Amino acid sequence: MIVDRVEPRENYLNADYGIKSWLLTTDHKRIALLYLVSVTLFFFVGGVFAVLIRLELLTPQGDLVQAETYNKLFTMHGVTMIFFFLIPAIPAVLGNFLVPLMIGARDLAFPRLNLASWYFFILGGLIAIWAILAGGVDTGWTFYTPYSSSYSTTYVAVTILGIFLSGFSSIFTGLNFIVTIHRMRAPGLTWFRLPLFIWSLYATSVIIVLGTPVVAITLLLVAVERILRVGIFDPALGGDPLLFQHLFWFYSHPAVYIMVLPAMGVISELVATFSRKNIFGYRFVAFASVAIAVLGFLVWAHHMFVAGLSVYGAMIFSFLSYFVAVPSAIKVFNWTATLYKGSISYQTPMLYAFGFIGLFTIGGVTGLFLASLGIDVHVTDTYFVVAHFHYIMVGGTIMAYLGGLHYWWPKISGRMYPEGWAKLGALVIFIGFNLTFFPQFVLGYLGMPRRYYAYPDEFQVLNVMSSAGASILGVGYLLPMIYLIWSMRYGPRASSNPWPATGLEWRTPSPPPTENFKETPVVTWEPYEFRPREEMEVIGKLNINDESG
Amino acid sequence: MAKSHSTVLAHHFDSIEQQREASSLGMWIFLVTEIMFFGGLFTGYVVYRTIYPGVFAEGSHHLDITLGGINTVVLITSSLTMALAVRSAQMSNRKSLVIFLILTILLGLTFLGIKLVEYGHKFRDHLVPGFGFSYPGPEAGHVELFFVFYFFMTGLHALHMVAGVGVLTILLILAGRGLFSAEYYTPVELAGLYWHFVDIIWIFLFPLLYLIGLHLKGS
Ligand code: HEM
Ligand SMILES: [Cu+2]
Repeated sequence: MIVDRVEPRENYLNADYGIKSWLLTTDHKRIALLYLVSVTLFFFVGGVFAVLIRLELLTPQGDLVQAETYNKLFTMHGVTMIFFFLIPAIPAVLGNFLVPLMIGARDLAFPRLNLASWYFFILGGLIAIWAILAGGVDTGWTFYTPYSSSYSTTYVAVTILGIFLSGFSSIFTGLNFIVTIHRMRAPGLTWFRLPLFIWSLYATSVIIVLGTPVVAITLLLVAVERILRVGIFDPALGGDPLLFQHLFWFYSHPAVYIMVLPAMGVISELVATFSRKNIFGYRFVAFASVAIAVLGFLVWAHHMFVAGLSVYGAMIFSFLSYFVAVPSAIKVFNWTATLYKGSISYQTPMLYAFGFIGLFTIGGVTGLFLASLGIDVHVTDTYFVVAHFHYIMVGGTIMAYLGGLHYWWPKISGRMYPEGWAKLGALVIFIGFNLTFFPQFVLGYLGMPRRYYAYPDEFQVLNVMSSAGASILGVGYLLPMIYLIWSMRYGPRASSNPWPATGLEWRTPSPPPTENFKETPVVTWEPYEFRPREEMEVIGKLNINDESG
Repeated sequence: MAKSHSTVLAHHFDSIEQQREASSLGMWIFLVTEIMFFGGLFTGYVVYRTIYPGVFAEGSHHLDITLGGINTVVLITSSLTMALAVRSAQMSNRKSLVIFLILTILLGLTFLGIKLVEYGHKFRDHLVPGFGFSYPGPEAGHVELFFVFYFFMTGLHALHMVAGVGVLTILLILAGRGLFSAEYYTPVELAGLYWHFVDIIWIFLFPLLYLIGLHLKGS
């Protein structure tokens, strides 16, 4: 690690002062920070609900909250975490910051649209929070009809409006990424020289652009049915509830890849840098992202095995679901192969990457259990499912998000974080996570259903373990929040390329100037080409720039 | 870095060419999201139309084919004037650009006016779901479903028209100031794409909603 002292110079953080310069910024790096602050707040809100859920489940009786309140708790936990944290986290924070830097552009193609996307996000989020404060929602984050459209007496339509608006924010971001990646790459940066993070964001954007409008219109129809009392999905009024599920899962299955594909992209960067090797089978990993995007649209009905799908339909969707596991497995295999004989350094981002690979593998393999018809019928709507998706989303996506945040923190803030604390944080999160969610696999297998506020006595031991794990996990999440903020002020200054990594984003000062690069870079090398001596020369040059600039 | 001094080039692009390509790709992707958006509705419509073919035909008999037909002609004509507007911009012909933009806007407003008249008739006949809908006959619920789709789809389409008219009005002002020329006409071109897209949606809506009952005699 090279830490050098440089004179203060103008960068995107100090280029302009005042709250207005932030709220009206069109600089993708500043917008990324706006997103960073806002998704962190939403994560906190969702986390508070998680704590309440786990407190309730500490004892078998429903002694903390009533059933209706519990229904609201898990719904609002799910809604906040999925729509306002997991979906935007990596693309809108890390993606916004890095896409132009990684491809050598001065900004995203549509900077004002980018700012608008943040405002849509905030507006949607505030409306959702308003729904929560006004009394909450109890439908589950899936809004299954006809309960959501005709029977629930809670703030369904308001919540839907919030999600609808935040959907536009993802669409804008996705559109911006696709155009930027197509049209604004630096000279020489061909498609197969792109960092794998860019490939994964490209595939994610395609899913966003194709899927989000469908869920938006579907939720809008639910709201219309609720407000006007007309039958679209309610069978009592002539509608078809299964149609809702088809339309909903057409988006929401791919949505799990909106959450996890960017995470995979981050992991590819981390694995390459900290084992100092090109990713084994670079092209396979790149194409796997695209394959996931395509196949992800073909398997939605595996969420409907017990909802009245015909047997043949169910068999086809079960079969297709196995297929979508293939590209994910390719990635895991290629990361492992990259690590093999690499010169691995166990720094914090790499610890998160290891955590990701392990947890994602467990989550993925249990996903195959769920994709096979017979097992799914046994464990569906039990804690097995809850454990499965937390392994993928929390164990996968959040591990990668935190790993990425640490890896690019020197670039974002211009400062290094305290390595010891960071390692401790990663460890605490890993332990807390497994203690929280592993018992849930067992609980589900033993037959504890999800979404109940009370359970038979024999499940208590495992539930207490899970709640204890959750408190450890909570502490683990607080740690980075504290020391990262601390490092903004007191951390040692970071050089332009502290790791030393190969991407273009490391060939500009930390933090970067507003225009990203003083001169548009010309790319003449292959991705992840680790050549120590030349690298040091490049870094040396940049340091000279740092001081003169 | 070749940076042109043109005022229309945004700071983060290298050339007008790059900026033009980015905007037009952005527009195409936006249209794809629009297709998916309407696609969800079309899917719902097709599903119910398959389940209740007779009822949907019956509902369709209550639409005014004459007014719908006139509107189809109006919209196709507006597509033509829009295409001519784009061409005028490409030829740097400011006067004809202004004229064709005005014509397109007027045709768009005509469409919206006729739509409003149609909506008024439905209101008078108690065919607006959620607003005192009443229909004699055993299948009233499903006829209402037809009208839910009718209003949702045509309403969303009309909303797109309103947005389009707004955009064209802004372009008209800019065109009056002489912003567009053979060197720079991207906004006109993109607005044209959008306008044609909205027209095409109508080309699907018209037969699906108005004409499906023609060959089926509703009771
Ligand atoms: C921090 C520790 C966490 C704990 C202890 C926790 C706990 C739980 C529990 C017990 C449920 C099940 C409720 C039920 O179905 O009966 C649940 C549901 C859920 N959790 Fe978490 N969770 C945590 C973190 C997260 C995070 C970070 C995310 C996403 C970023 C998340 C996303 C979800 C979702 C989407 C649901 C489904 C909600 C529903 O069924 O409608 N959770 N969580
Ligand atoms: Cu799925």
